[in-house]
Amino acid sequence: MKIHLTSVFVDDQAKAEHFYTEILGFVKKYDVPLGEKDRWLTVVSPDEPAGTELLLEPAGHPAVKAYRDTLVNDGIPLAQFAVDDVKAEYERLRDLGVRFTQEPLEMGPVTTAVFDDTCGNLIQIATQPK
Amino acid sequence: MIGKWTLAYPVVVADDLFKALADPTRRTILDELTERSGQTLFEICARLSMKHRLGISRQAVSQHLAVLEAAGLVETRREGRYKFHDLNTAPLRQIAERWPGPDTPGPEESTP
Repeated sequence: MKIHLTSVFVDDQAKAEHFYTEILGFVKKYDVPLGEKDRWLTVVSPDEPAGTELLLEPAGHPAVKAYRDTLVNDGIPLAQFAVDDVKAEYERLRDLGVRFTQEPLEMGPVTTAVFDDTCGNLIQIATQPK
Repeated sequence: MIGKWTLAYPVVVADDLFKALADPTRRTILDELTERSGQTLFEICARLSMKHRLGISRQAVSQHLAVLEAAGLVETRREGRYKFHDLNTAPLRQIAERWPGPDTPGPEESTP
C-alpha cells in the first residue's frame, strides 16, 4: 500500500491554486471540472512529479468550518511539508507576505515552522534529520 | 485606609500566583515563553513534548495555561483566527515587594 493522495480543504480553489503553485512552488497535476463550479485540483512537488498528490478540496461541507476554526485557534497545522532548510524557507515565504503563527523552532534534530495558507489552514514545514 | 487596602490586595492575588508557580510544568511553560513570547497552544505543546520530553496532553497544557492566566503570568491575545499566549512577569514583582530585602526600597517608595 502507498500513500498516493492526501487533501486539504480550501476556501477558494482559484486562490489555493495560486498560493500552492506561485507561492509554495508546487506544480499542478490534475485540473478536472467537477460539477457546477468545483474542480478535481491536485498539485505535486516539482522534485517528485510522480509522488504523492495534494488535493485542494472545496471546503463546502458545513462540518469543515468548525473543524478548521478550532484547529487554527490552537495553532494546529493540518499538513506537513518537508523542506531542506526551514529557516531559509521561512525567510523566503515571509518576504512574499506569508503569515507565520510559529517562527522556526529547533527541537533537537527537527526544525519546524507553521504558516497560514490563506485558504483556511495552517501548514507546518519541517526539516528532518538526514 | 488607603494604605490598608493596598496591603490587602496583593495578598489575595498572591494565592493564585504562588499556586501557579508551584508546578514544575507551569514553570517550564514560563521558561519557554521567556524564550519567545506570543506562542500558540500548538507551539507550547511541541516545546514541552519535543524539547522537554514531557508526556502531557494538549488538554492538560490548556489547564496549566488557564492557571497561569488566572495568576496574570500569561495573557492571551487574539489575532484574527489565531490565539497567542504572551508572558507577563509583572505579578512577580509583588513577591519582591512583599518581602523587601534590607537594600530593597519599600512599597511607599515605588511608583504606583
